[in-house]
Amino acid sequence: MPPLTRWYIKSALIYLAAALFLALVLALPASANLPLFIRYMNPAYFHLFLVGWVTQMIFGVIYWMFPIITRAQPRGNARLGWVSYGLLNVGLLLRVIGEPLVGVRPEAGFGWLLAVAALLQWLAAVTFVILT
Amino acid sequence: MPRLSQWFIRAAFMYLLLGFTVGALLLAHKGIPLHPALWSWLPAHIEFLLFGWVVQVTMGMAFWILPRYWQQPRRPHPEFVTIAFVLLNLGIWLVVAGTTFRAGPWFLPTGRAVEGVAAAFFDLHAWRRIISREGT
Repeated sequence: MPPLTRWYIKSALIYLAAALFLALVLALPASANLPLFIRYMNPAYFHLFLVGWVTQMIFGVIYWMFPIITRAQPRGNARLGWVSYGLLNVGLLLRVIGEPLVGVRPEAGFGWLLAVAALLQWLAAVTFVILT
Repeated sequence: MPRLSQWFIRAAFMYLLLGFTVGALLLAHKGIPLHPALWSWLPAHIEFLLFGWVVQVTMGMAFWILPRYWQQPRRPHPEFVTIAFVLLNLGIWLVVAGTTFRAGPWFLPTGRAVEGVAAAFFDLHAWRRIISREGT
């Protein structure tokens, strides 16, 4: 199993645990008096699950199992793969932090965090498709 | 990789790009308002990524790597999988027409029904390939 696949799959497993933990916290009754920041994390939960866990697991398996491209570069440009991995994870984590920040303090000017998170994740998908 | 898997996976990559593009616009719009009509694309974002990307890439991979028969055809009833491919993609666009484009009240239920039939055709193919090395 190539190193990039190991990083994708181990990261995916961490995101699965994080998503399920967040789901548990979000399921607590209103009487639990959770901070408002947590209440704004519902979309983050979905995206930890579907981008962090499902999509990242698929990317890792595709990178590992797809037919080789050339003998010299069996999985294409490995550097592009690492770039895609980095963009996806930084973008996703920025979203997880930025979305509740914008929800709790919309006037504080954190909106650019979400725009950057969006751009990074979009670039991650584009680079992965180019790589594959 | 068999031709049908190539179709599924190439289509899945197209939906990945579509879904991430719509999703990126929606997320950016949360931080820096772009256009109020963007929110009508939320159902398309979900449809493209759940059915277009996740379901389709999974079907493509499954058609490729599930155990094959020793005799021809090694992947039985490939026509079922071709039908599943066509119906799944038709269903996705019917759902998008019914939700994002508000084409009419029957588009969404018809799209879901077509997606269900697509899944049934795929299951008909895949069910008998879920076996041990001894064929049990």
